[in-house]
Amino acid sequence: MSSSTTAAAPRKSAGGRFLASELSVLFRRRRTWALLAALAAIPVLIAVAVRLSSGPSPGRGPAFLDQVSQNGLFVAVVATIVAIPLFLPLTVGVVAGDTVAGEASTGTLRYLLMSPVARGRLLAVKYVGAVVFCLAATFTVAIVGTLMGALLFPVGPVTLLSGTSIGVPEALLRIALVCLYVTLSLLGLCAVGLFMSTLTDVPVGAMAATVVASVVSQVVGQLPQLEWIHPWLLTQYWLGFADLLRDPIVWDSFAANALLQAGYVVVFGALAYGRFSTKDVLA
Amino acid sequence: MSGAADLVIETAGLTKRLGGRDVVNGIDLAVPRGSVFGFLGPNGSGKTTTIRILLGLASATSGDVRVLGESIPRALQEVLPRVGALVEGPGFYPFLSGTANLLRLDAADRYVSPSTRRQRVETALERVGLSQAAGKKVGRYSLGMKQRLGIANALLTHRDLIVLDEPTNGLDPQGTREVRHLVRSLTEEGTTVFVSSHLLTEVEQICSHAAVLSAGSLVAQGSLDELRRSGEPRIRVTTPDVPQTHDVLRRLGTTPDDDGATPGAHSVTALLPAGLAPDQVVRALVEADVRVNGFSVDQAGLEDLFVALTGEGFDVVQ
Repeated sequence: MSSSTTAAAPRKSAGGRFLASELSVLFRRRRTWALLAALAAIPVLIAVAVRLSSGPSPGRGPAFLDQVSQNGLFVAVVATIVAIPLFLPLTVGVVAGDTVAGEASTGTLRYLLMSPVARGRLLAVKYVGAVVFCLAATFTVAIVGTLMGALLFPVGPVTLLSGTSIGVPEALLRIALVCLYVTLSLLGLCAVGLFMSTLTDVPVGAMAATVVASVVSQVVGQLPQLEWIHPWLLTQYWLGFADLLRDPIVWDSFAANALLQAGYVVVFGALAYGRFSTKDVLA
Repeated sequence: MSGAADLVIETAGLTKRLGGRDVVNGIDLAVPRGSVFGFLGPNGSGKTTTIRILLGLASATSGDVRVLGESIPRALQEVLPRVGALVEGPGFYPFLSGTANLLRLDAADRYVSPSTRRQRVETALERVGLSQAAGKKVGRYSLGMKQRLGIANALLTHRDLIVLDEPTNGLDPQGTREVRHLVRSLTEEGTTVFVSSHLLTEVEQICSHAAVLSAGSLVAQGSLDELRRSGEPRIRVTTPDVPQTHDVLRRLGTTPDDDGATPGAHSVTALLPAGLAPDQVVRALVEADVRVNGFSVDQAGLEDLFVALTGEGFDVVQ
C-alpha cells in the first residue's frame, strides 16, 4: 500500500514546525556558537582583568567597572555595557544579514520557497529566528557575567542608582530586565539586517551593511550638529537602561525605545517584504 | 485555454525579459499528464528560467502559466505541495547531514504529515541510493551525491508532477542509469515527469514527449515519434563495393555522408533520395552489380533534428 493518499494528510498545519526547524538549524551551526562564545569572552575578560589587577580604578573605564571587585553581579552589567556598541551589533548583524542572503547563497532558498513556504512567512520566521538569537546573545553575556562574578568576587545586595538597596534575587531580576531592554533595542537592527539580506545573494555584504548601519547611527548620535535627527536614530536608546536600575523602575525610556524600535521594524519589515515578495530568486 | 485537464503544464506566450533581452520568448508549452517530457535546449537557451517561472521562483514578464490546471503564480501555494523539483542543481546546508537537510525542507511543507516525516525521508534516501551516506554532512558529499539528495528531496511525498532540471549532472554512468530507472518508476505511479536537459541521448532514452528550446523560443514540440517523423529518413548500405555504391547513390540524387570513402569501410550512409522508396534504391544498387549485404532505413535520429533546430557547436546563444 502506498502512503500517497493525500486525503489522509492534514490539509495545512500551523507554522510552528518551520520555526522550530529554523531555530534548530540556527543553533546547530558552529558559527552561531562561535558568535555566542565570542560574546561570552567579554565578561570573562572583564572579570579576570579586574581580579588580577590590584583594586578598583575609580572614574576610568566603563560605568560600574569600579563596583565589580565589591560585588560580582556588576560583571554582567559592565559586560553588557561594553558589548552594546560594537560586539552585539556585530553578532546580530551576522545573523540578521545572513537570514535570506545566506539561504540564497547555499541554494536552499529556492527549495524552501518550493516546499512551499510563502515569502511573507519565510521572512517572518527568519526575523523571529534573528530575534531569538538576540535574546540568546544578550543573556549569554549576562549569564556568563553573573557566573564569573560569583566565581571571582563576593556577591551581595546591590545599591541602585536611586540609593535603595536590593537583595541578590531582585538584582538578578533587574539584570534580566536589562537583557530584555537590550534585546528590544536590537529589534530594529534585526529588521534592517533582514532588509539588507533581501537585497543580495552575498551574505557577507548584507552582514557588513547591517553592522555599518549601526555604527553610522552611533556616530551620528555623537554629533551635536545633527541633534535634530537624534530622536530617530536606531541606536538612540541603546544605553538608556539606567532607568531600570532605579527604585521604583522608571519605564519611560523603555516605552520610548519600544516605540522607536517598533517603527524601525514596521518600516524595514515592509521594505523587506516589498523587495522580497516580488524578487526573482535566481540564485 | 481549453483541455487543461489533460495538460499538467500549459503556458501561453510566456515571455521573460532580463537585462533588456528576451531570455524566454513567447513560448507555448503543453505537457500532457502522465508523460515524461523532455525539455531540450543548449546551455543558455532559457530552460532554467522557464522552470523558475513555472515554479514561481521568478515572475513572467508576460504570458499565462498554468501548472496542474491552476494559474501561476496566483495558486502557487496550493500547487507547489503537489510538485517536486530539482532546479539549478541541489541546494543544501553543508553543515547538516543528508537526513537533517531533508527533514528541514519537509518541515517547511505545511501540507505533509509530520508523523510520517522520518519514514518518508528514509524512503526517499533509499530510493536514490543514499541510505549509507544519510548521516554524513552534506559538505562532504560529492557532486553526484548532492545531486541524488536533490532528487530525493523531490520525492519526499507523492507528487503529481516532478520537475528535474539537468538531473544527471555530476552523475556517473551508473547514476545516470538509476535516474532513468527512477523516472520510469515515477511514471508508473502516475507522476508526470518534466526533465530538462542539454543531452539529447538522455531525453531520447527516457522521454515520451519533448520540446526543443533555442535562444528562448520553442522550435519544436510533440511526442518523440512526431518529432522523429519530422526529420528525414536515412539509409545505410552494407557492402564491399563502396565506390560503386557511392556512384549509384549520387546518380539517384543523394550525397553519401562519407564522400572521401574511408579505405576499408564496408557501409555507406546517406539521406533517402527524395521521391524514392527504399526498395527502389535496393533495386538500383543490385542492377548496378553492387553486392548488398545489408540495407536499413533509419528514421532521422533526434540528434539531426536537434542540431538542425539549435545549431551545431559550442556557441552559447547570446
